[in-house]
Amino acid sequence: MRLIESRTTFVLTYTALAILLLITLFPIALLVLNSLKPATQIVQSPLAWPETYRWDNFVRAWNDARFGTTMLNSAMLAAMTIVLVCSTGSLTAYVLARRKIKSWKIVTFYLLATTTAPIQLFLFPLYFGFAKLGLINNVFAVSLIYTAIYSPFAVMLLRTYFLAVPKELEEAALIDGATHWQVFSKVMLPIVSPGILTVALIIGLYSWNEFLIATTFLQRTDRLTAVVSFFLLSGQYTSDWGEIMAAALIIVLPVIVLFVALQRRFIEGMAGGSVKG
Amino acid sequence: MHRLYLIPTLLINVVIIFIPAALTIALAFCRWDGIGTPVFIGLANFRQLFADRVFWMALGNNIIWTAIFLTVPIAMGLLAATMMLIARRGSAFFQVIYFLPMVIATAITARVWQGMIYSPLTGIAGLVTRAGFPVPNPLTQPSTALYGIAVVDLWHWWGFLCVIFFAALRQVPQEQIEAARIEGASFWQMLRYVLLPGIRPTITLMMIMTIIWSFLVFDFVYILTQGGPAFSSEVLSTLAYRSAFYDLAVGKAAAVAVVISLFGLATTAFYIRLQAKEFDQ
Repeated sequence: MRLIESRTTFVLTYTALAILLLITLFPIALLVLNSLKPATQIVQSPLAWPETYRWDNFVRAWNDARFGTTMLNSAMLAAMTIVLVCSTGSLTAYVLARRKIKSWKIVTFYLLATTTAPIQLFLFPLYFGFAKLGLINNVFAVSLIYTAIYSPFAVMLLRTYFLAVPKELEEAALIDGATHWQVFSKVMLPIVSPGILTVALIIGLYSWNEFLIATTFLQRTDRLTAVVSFFLLSGQYTSDWGEIMAAALIIVLPVIVLFVALQRRFIEGMAGGSVKG
Repeated sequence: MHRLYLIPTLLINVVIIFIPAALTIALAFCRWDGIGTPVFIGLANFRQLFADRVFWMALGNNIIWTAIFLTVPIAMGLLAATMMLIARRGSAFFQVIYFLPMVIATAITARVWQGMIYSPLTGIAGLVTRAGFPVPNPLTQPSTALYGIAVVDLWHWWGFLCVIFFAALRQVPQEQIEAARIEGASFWQMLRYVLLPGIRPTITLMMIMTIIWSFLVFDFVYILTQGGPAFSSEVLSTLAYRSAFYDLAVGKAAAVAVVISLFGLATTAFYIRLQAKEFDQ
């Protein structure tokens, strides 16, 4: 659609949009700028340009936050969650989109209801139960929790992709003698693969950034995720903010690069999934 | 046959969410330290809670939080989305930047604001103070701590709403807008009588989700103030978390969790009734 307005409206509009842009970018700019500065210069002014570029901030951040280990933990956690959510979610989404079972309505409603449940409603018995079973500090166990929490979102998003596939395609394959499983895995899955990629990206992002579950269930130093490790590093009393911002940039940079490169998938997936859900 | 396809999702969901949730509801009526055997104590947890000043402060803070997030980010998002509709050129670019804070981990966003903006030593607040305009750190004052946290969450959140509203606004039928323009509607009239009614279902849904999410808010409060100073920024979710893991009063924590869930449940029920009503019309 198009609104044609007067010149003044245009100028006002762009000014307001630019101000919002600056507000959004300002804290991010502070993050990048101060990651390069020595702590002493940050105390003088967080706004000043670096007098000397302290690239060693990144080396110290990498070592102190033990990113060699913790980033690997985060990556493994994200990868396991992506595989679990995409495989189990696409099965469920297919059945619910095609109404393959009579109780599709009840199942859909149940999954939607769990998205509005507060984490605290199941966190405490889950924690003490996992503790009894020796599953604390177990990355796979945490990926199962993420799968339970993120699956309803993934199912609702994938459902819309399955709905867009013409029914005739499925019927033709069945007439040609394909089994139900072949119809799903050989016909449907390849068609909805863009949807699965979108879900994988968003689930990866959520698990990479997640804090509450990770800080509760992964506490041993060699099992921490990158974000929790950053949280602990920045919580120490005598803190060098140059180093802390460098650590923040190390975690955020891959995310921002991926987001900018694949912005449409991220935005449509995150915004679409929550609206249509 | 197709029923089997649902088993993985449902099995994980039931084991991780449904059974523990049912146990939480049961625990709300018990005294339990997380290790021994739970002891049934009836409504004592709730009675204790209702007599607890901190519980009412936390509940009050959740309500303030809901009020802030029902107004400020929704107004900002609607206004920016409408302006992006006018601007057209560059709207894709604005959209990406406004959305950017959503992909940054909450722990990082919190620390950047804490250290680089609010800190009297290393932040903008300190810089302004040294220039002769004293600005106290909002996170360390009982009267402002909650609002200091809310600003951080607003920064992180409003762009998401903006993007959703922008997507909805683009779906408003062209004919309605044309008709309004032929009638000579001004910008505000267009907004009031064409655009806002056109995306009302989206606004309603976002308001409902805002209420539900406002009772779940945890990360920013826990990282920035841990509910302090003197419980002034405590919310129900941090109260529950601390009760369970710091005081080992799991029964009390479960009772708080049940209270949070009741608010979510009431909101959802209200939404379903609203939907049904609109369906009847």
